[in-house]
Amino acid sequence: MPTTPDPAFAGRTYPAGPVHTVSAAKIAEFARATGAASPLHTDPAAARAAGHAGVLAPPTFLVSLAQATEAQYIEDPAAGIDFSRVVHGEETFTLHRPVVAGDRLVPTLTVESVRAAGGHAMVSTRVDLADEDGAEVAAVRSMLVVRGD
Amino acid sequence: MTATPPAPLDLSTLTVGQELARTRHEISRDTLVRYAGASGDFNPIHYNDAVAAEAGLPGVIAHGMLTMGTAITGLLDALGDPSLVRGYTTRFTNPIPVPATGSVTLEAVATVGAIDEAAGTARVDIVAEVDGTKVLGRARATLALPATGAQAGQGEA
Repeated sequence: MPTTPDPAFAGRTYPAGPVHTVSAAKIAEFARATGAASPLHTDPAAARAAGHAGVLAPPTFLVSLAQATEAQYIEDPAAGIDFSRVVHGEETFTLHRPVVAGDRLVPTLTVESVRAAGGHAMVSTRVDLADEDGAEVAAVRSMLVVRGD
Repeated sequence: MTATPPAPLDLSTLTVGQELARTRHEISRDTLVRYAGASGDFNPIHYNDAVAAEAGLPGVIAHGMLTMGTAITGLLDALGDPSLVRGYTTRFTNPIPVPATGSVTLEAVATVGAIDEAAGTARVDIVAEVDGTKVLGRARATLALPATGAQAGQGEA
């Protein structure tokens, strides 16, 4: 029996964490998978020569951490989201500074909105990523469409 | 041969309407498997035809995030320094069915859409198509324009 996303989750912010260390190996793997060929993604010496503390993450790299963080909400049975009916609607990355290998990022999930639209439901989430001192590093916004009957 | 990347594009010379990159990318089931592993997105609609059909899809489809990540790589190459990208947004308008054998071709064109000198940013619009069908909607990247007189490579201890 299909469920319907519960609008009461809108506005909810989850506890921050856990801290995630950005891995050079995962950056290289992601760059290869998307065809991002710059040596700045794979060669630490080239990245340092360009002024970065470690190899540089491609612009969409944080999707993995964001989706793992969103799971707190999406996979909560009380949220009422039938994942077999979910289609990815929109995605937005905001990078306040480049993300590099060795960064230790603290994710915080907020459910921005849950709304009905033409027989479907649209849920929008935001994952804010800060460093351990609390400085903003990036934000990842996702809009998922949950298809109705 | 050294690992030195190409010199960063001089953003101060950009003009609205300027084409920065035009690239073609082959997407096969192999591409989907690699992306699944790299991203941790193991939704079976990206590798299992039966599950994809049950979900009402024409067959296995590419991850939207694979398409988004791939469509910007021509721009990254043109920029030389990928860290100039400070924002990237898109809508997912059409799924890309990927055949069991062979591949589909994603064509991506990146064009300067707007320049905001006061904010020090430029907007680049990316059009991504497969067989003439747009697969991303309003795909836009925001670039940081280096401040006038800024020197690359500063900050050495």
